[in-house]
Amino acid sequence: MILATMIAIPLAAQDGAPPAPYAYRQLDDPAQEAVAQELMETLRCLKCQSQSIADSDASMAGDMRHQVRIRIAAGDSPEEIRRWLMDRYGDYVSYEPVMSATTWPLFAIPALLVVIAGLLFWRRFRRRA
Amino acid sequence: MSWRLWLPLMVFFGFLGLAAYQLTQPRDEAIKSAMVGKELPYFTLPPASLERPGVDSRYFYDGKPKLLNIWASWCLPCIAEAPQLEQLKEQGAEIVGVAIRDKPTDVMRFLSQHGNPYTRIGRDDLSEVQLGIGSSGVPETFVIDGEGIITYQHIGDIRPEHVPVLLEELRKAGR
Repeated sequence: MILATMIAIPLAAQDGAPPAPYAYRQLDDPAQEAVAQELMETLRCLKCQSQSIADSDASMAGDMRHQVRIRIAAGDSPEEIRRWLMDRYGDYVSYEPVMSATTWPLFAIPALLVVIAGLLFWRRFRRRA
Repeated sequence: MSWRLWLPLMVFFGFLGLAAYQLTQPRDEAIKSAMVGKELPYFTLPPASLERPGVDSRYFYDGKPKLLNIWASWCLPCIAEAPQLEQLKEQGAEIVGVAIRDKPTDVMRFLSQHGNPYTRIGRDDLSEVQLGIGSSGVPETFVIDGEGIITYQHIGDIRPEHVPVLLEELRKAGR
């Protein structure tokens, strides 16, 4: 039994590599770190799909934070980095909503409902007047 | 009573039915790479073991299509796909491995236990190649044509029924 628990520990430890240098380390420049942090909160972790990479302790999220931080430090803009990830994983990786062939109804339907409600009100008030 | 009074209730049950239907449908959580059809990013990886050289992206430009297998010694489904990789190798596929966040000792132990179908294995400690080609987990297998273009992505472990699919994709990439 004791032996079994000893064997179980390395299995739970998952991968053997240490975290990427900038997975948990902030950038030295606080302004750059703030920009990186803001971006990381809007990028989706691919392993743990309901968390942002800023919130996740998955090793892959750590590797993504490393990429974000070194690219910010190298002078890339947050939108360039978002674009780089979306070129690889599609809209999925970004929490920032974009209008596309599949998402346009999300933007169009509320606008349509407002127009319909406006028409209904207009008809009612006109009848009463 | 006007039938129109029932309309909101009917819409509500319509939504309920739709939600119930969606709940019974199997959910596909795999995230497809948007890099299929595009060129491999440039990369150079050091060897992940003492037995095989590392991997350079320039290696995929020699005219011969290859499989790029993203795996790790700590990944259980990778053990399940090992016999299928062996089978692919026997049928003439060249398999290049990229070991994600791995240690050479672990890699070599894995290869001695489950076989070594790879001609090269690169060591990707920061998941840089994985992120660069739009892979979101281990194992994943990409078909690269002889000119460095990614032509196909297989997500998850390779089961026996996927072997002919991958061979066919390799053949298509070779034309």
